[in-house]
Amino acid sequence: MHVLRRLFATTLTLVLVALAVPAMAQAPRNWQLGMQDAASPVAERLQSLHDLVFWIITIITLFVAALLVYVMWRFNSRRNPVASNFSHHTGLEIAWTTIPVLILVVIAIPSFRLVFFEDRTQAADLTIKVMGHQWYWEYTYPDSANLNFRSDYIHDEDLKPGQKRLLEVDNPLVLPVGKNIRILTNSADVIHSFFIPALGVQRYTIPGRTIETWVRIDRPGTYYGECNQICGTNHSYMPIAVVGVPPADFQAWEKTAKAKFAAGEAIPAPVVANAAEPTPIRVAQVQP
Amino acid sequence: MTASYDHAHDGHDHHDHKPGFFTRWFCSTNHKDIGTLYLIFAVIGGLTGGALSVMMRAQLMHPGSHVFESGQHWNAVITSHGLLMIFFSVMPGLIGGFGNWFVPIMIGAPDMAFPRLNNISFWLLPPAFVLILAGQMVGDGAGSGWTLYPPLSNSTFQSGPQMDFVLFALHLAGISSLLGAINFITTIFNMRAPGMTLHRMPLFVWAMLVTAFLLLLSVPVLAGAITMLITDRNFGTAFFNPEGGGDPVLFQHLFWFFGHPEVYIMILPGFGIISHIISTFSKKPIFGYLGMAYAMVAIGVVGFVVWAHHMYISGMDVDTRAYFMAATMIIAVPTGIKIFSWIATMWGGSIDMEVPMMWAIGFIFLFTIGGVTGVVLSNAGIDQALHNTYYVIAHFHYVLSLGAVFSMFAGFYYWIGKMSGHQYPNGLAKIHFWMTFIAVNVTFFPQHFLGLAGMPRRYVDYPAAFEGWNMVSSYGAYLGGLSMVLFVVICFLTFTSKTKVADNYWGEGATTLEWTLTSPPAFHTFEELPRLK
Ligand SMILES: [Cu+2]
Repeated sequence: MHVLRRLFATTLTLVLVALAVPAMAQAPRNWQLGMQDAASPVAERLQSLHDLVFWIITIITLFVAALLVYVMWRFNSRRNPVASNFSHHTGLEIAWTTIPVLILVVIAIPSFRLVFFEDRTQAADLTIKVMGHQWYWEYTYPDSANLNFRSDYIHDEDLKPGQKRLLEVDNPLVLPVGKNIRILTNSADVIHSFFIPALGVQRYTIPGRTIETWVRIDRPGTYYGECNQICGTNHSYMPIAVVGVPPADFQAWEKTAKAKFAAGEAIPAPVVANAAEPTPIRVAQVQP
Repeated sequence: MTASYDHAHDGHDHHDHKPGFFTRWFCSTNHKDIGTLYLIFAVIGGLTGGALSVMMRAQLMHPGSHVFESGQHWNAVITSHGLLMIFFSVMPGLIGGFGNWFVPIMIGAPDMAFPRLNNISFWLLPPAFVLILAGQMVGDGAGSGWTLYPPLSNSTFQSGPQMDFVLFALHLAGISSLLGAINFITTIFNMRAPGMTLHRMPLFVWAMLVTAFLLLLSVPVLAGAITMLITDRNFGTAFFNPEGGGDPVLFQHLFWFFGHPEVYIMILPGFGIISHIISTFSKKPIFGYLGMAYAMVAIGVVGFVVWAHHMYISGMDVDTRAYFMAATMIIAVPTGIKIFSWIATMWGGSIDMEVPMMWAIGFIFLFTIGGVTGVVLSNAGIDQALHNTYYVIAHFHYVLSLGAVFSMFAGFYYWIGKMSGHQYPNGLAKIHFWMTFIAVNVTFFPQHFLGLAGMPRRYVDYPAAFEGWNMVSSYGAYLGGLSMVLFVVICFLTFTSKTKVADNYWGEGATTLEWTLTSPPAFHTFEELPRLK
């Protein structure tokens, strides 16, 4: 199973690398077997814990399967016409109680470490606010004079060639790479979930409460996510796109975006709609 | 209760004084008849919910499909699918059906403690079923998902009566379960035959006892939560409305305080059935009987303190998440005891691979897969990338659709001869097993991949990158639909079969009290209490 998965994943990775040389878009791929490539410290640690647990559960499942096949063969009534009558074995019972406990301890130690690591960033370089709406996302940059815009999915008829249906948005969330970013989620109506698999980010957006999490994007690229909590008729139509850019590019983008925003364009300001300009699109253009 | 009968009855005497058709089936106070009603109801509920799932897989076969007119229509159907399968198929089948039929017989009681209560327990369900269907079909349908989270389920976002229909349906189903639970607990504690001590009770009865306690303690919490939701919707309260000082997360806590025990309510009776079948066809007593019984008690107790693992990303404090993670992982231990004890029961046995045994072994294997992916999800850290994805869908369908449902089919083939007196068609039954086994695996295994890749659940449409595995999954569901049709055919052939079965048609391995009775048992069983040596 796992070998197959690795083989498949490797082949896919090779193909993908060949297709997308300069910057990788972290989008799901057809026939993918595992998680999307990790692009943040949280996602990396999350995936390495998942790998550990995956190995453990695979071995357990194969062990149970092997035992079942063996008893079906060895103790079939044709091979073993007379059943024995034992129904107790204290040693065995102690073993299959304590060994699982030990396995769980092995999982629990890194697991606790991960959950505390994921919780929040102690030293945030930047804060962004994410507001869920039926059915779009609204992003606010409180550190950039409350720069604020909304992000809608691109309707089928407006899709340009190469754009990913139900992943691409008009105004992606632009973030600097290598910085600790505090994310505060909230909702204007029902509960949504702000979910970006490749970054290991997920929090509900709940009206009336602000939830904190964080991310640090490892490398430039576009990362896709989706609303992940049922939120009404267009639940499937509010994807998330995050563009990670180098800090210098981010500052340049921030300046133009702020200027546009201050110039009085009402929300939604088409901040990254001018993506034809060099800065953020340098990343976006090279998508395969 | 025997006073009104003139004739002497022994098991082979068919002057059973069955009442007329209407009185017998509509005013029934006989645990076997009520059990039969429950089983028929469970089949109808399962076929309805199953038909919905085939429609859902048709929609998801390719991106951009239009099997459903709108997202809201889709949301209404997934809501019905979940509620029908849980409250109108698995619970009535395992608890109302097999529980009513075999708990009294296995403990040597003539009937349930409260026969009339038993009757009302059943008859609350058909109106609830109608209300669920109304919730789906009236207007745009109630599209909150079976988890009913406000604000989506409040009157702003689900206006119209359909959401209230669903909530009242759950109230009725809840009362039904609660009365059933009271009945089972009273019966098991008070009506055991002489010599049937708690520690000699068959494991299916243990399973039903634990299940009944879980129902008794969890259903009222659901009732409270949905009552608050009803008053929020209709009478201007704001329990879950932040503008009025309420809290949507409070609903999640209340819902899952019920919802988590609920998943054990669905699987514990299955554990009981599987124990009997494994023991019967291995011709060996169950391995580690006491460990098996107390593992179920442990699962029940721990099952009450893990609810918030459904809420890892709803903003709970990190220490709280760490606690729920640890508590959840612990459940793997008693579950592991059960799996290994079943294998140890088979070890050294003389195994007959009859149809019920095939289902039981299939259950053990598939439940193991569902169990270990549960260990993955119990890690709050990993859950951050898997919460609400198809990985979760795959996980709980392995536990329920392949666990609880396999145990229902195992129980069906194990007991149908006892319940009806007729033999099922063996060859077709084997085909039914293999078809179902292949279908459910083709349907649900690829969903692990979709979830790992990040596909969210409850999506009516999805990016092209998820198409491949969705297509495979849909083919599996179509095969599953065919196997449901085959099951209906098998039922028909069984009931019209001329082949009668013996009292104990499984032979030496079948040792519980139902095998001492005729097939089918007399209308009134145990007019003289059996005595256990
Ligand atoms: Cu949403």
